[in-house]
Amino acid sequence: MINAALARVFKLESGRVMAALVAQFRDFDLAEEAFQDAVTEAARTWPRAGTPSSGGAWLLAVARRRALDRLRKSARAKDRAALDNLALLADDAAPDEAGFAIPDERLRLIFTCCHPALAPEARVAMTLRTLCGLSARDIARAFLVPHATMNQRLTRAKAKIRHAGIPYRVPEADDIPARLDAVLSVIYLIFNAGYAPLTPALSAEALRLCAVLHRLQPLPETAGLWALMQLHSARDGARVSADNMLNSLKDQNRDLWDHTAIADGKNRLLRALGQRRPGPYQIQAAISALHCEAESWQATDWPQILGLYDALFALTPTPVVALNRAVAQAQAGAPVAALDVFKTLEAALAGYQPFYAARAELRARCGQAGARADFNRAIDMATSPQERAFLRRKLQELP
Amino acid sequence: MQYMALIYDAPNGFERFEGDLMADYGKFTQEAVAAGVFKAGDALMPVSDASSVRVRGGKAAVTDGPFAETKETLGGYYLLECADLDEALKWAAKIPTAKIGTIEVRPVMVFDR
Repeated sequence: MINAALARVFKLESGRVMAALVAQFRDFDLAEEAFQDAVTEAARTWPRAGTPSSGGAWLLAVARRRALDRLRKSARAKDRAALDNLALLADDAAPDEAGFAIPDERLRLIFTCCHPALAPEARVAMTLRTLCGLSARDIARAFLVPHATMNQRLTRAKAKIRHAGIPYRVPEADDIPARLDAVLSVIYLIFNAGYAPLTPALSAEALRLCAVLHRLQPLPETAGLWALMQLHSARDGARVSADNMLNSLKDQNRDLWDHTAIADGKNRLLRALGQRRPGPYQIQAAISALHCEAESWQATDWPQILGLYDALFALTPTPVVALNRAVAQAQAGAPVAALDVFKTLEAALAGYQPFYAARAELRARCGQAGARADFNRAIDMATSPQERAFLRRKLQELP
Repeated sequence: MQYMALIYDAPNGFERFEGDLMADYGKFTQEAVAAGVFKAGDALMPVSDASSVRVRGGKAAVTDGPFAETKETLGGYYLLECADLDEALKWAAKIPTAKIGTIEVRPVMVFDR
């Protein structure tokens, strides 16, 4: 994509254009092919003819025509679905490129891509492919799987959507809370994939998706997740040091945090909490906000954080939440009691690197044996060189 | 679209069911018929009454028991006519055994004539 204007339009509008195409043709493959045709044509004609006033609408109009061409070519008399589409489209086969708005079908599509009947990793892949316009290759790279595996994952998901009759529809009001969970967890997975130091672009995509979801349907948990991701991102400037080493929250230079983003995230959270329908994302955002407010690790309001973890555990009683709660408990002045909690969690978290890293720190702090062995275990489990270097440094700092 | 709701449960699973299982099945079937969703449905005799047959090299070998030994076994089915998967899953969740076992929902394959 050489043309800068096209690159900009692609980044901003590909999700909307793809969503409109899928909603109209109900066929992910046809939508993808037609969209690719339109982008190719834009790359050929825009540099000569100039960038259209609405690049997105232009791409959609051209892609629709290309999709129709493809349907006509493949339509046999018995191919009823294709013919139905042709009839449907007869009305607006040649829209004035600049004169029509792109219908926003992204809400419908995000519920289709994040349908609970799809495997979680397929939901993430479909969402990134369709709503963020990422290529299968880019998604494969971000999730550290071979390109062929990602292609197969996408192909299977599209086939299941088609064969099992997964609808292109926003769920009915009663069903939204249950279905929203799947959507929010996909967005948070995408964010966390980007939060690992490798792929910051994915975090930006997650924030963008959440903003779209919130604009289309402003629910408190959506706002809570948005605030949570904003507050996490606000600390980006301090997470990696000049020599490319990770800094834990404890060691970060808090002057490097983005205090404008923190204020924005906190305001968003307060408005969400004001609706008095708390949920896990709002609580996690509140915990993050308390960290952001504190002048130092020591000066953090640990008792209140502990209370929030109690509330979070009541809603989502998972071992990872229990672990984080225990860390807060130790900070709030009960490190020995916290170590007792760690004992009860070890079986469930035996494969979870942060468990050993956290217990190592706590054991060192309490003067108990085993800190060195725990750090070594965490180092063995680390997935990135940065993480490994970070844990090695912690190990070296032990007395 | 047609969906097959396959009803899986542990043998004697019905003992864990709170309430009147047969009455609940009666109610469910009536509701599905009234909504025009019901196409067919049956309960099966337990796997202790199952026989399996395989033809290999032209010879039929019959064995006692089900295709595979599993904790939860197929105990019955409904064939449902629904607009899409969401509707099918909603009906499947209302099948009484969903509370104690698992309902597997499979779209019925359509062949081009």
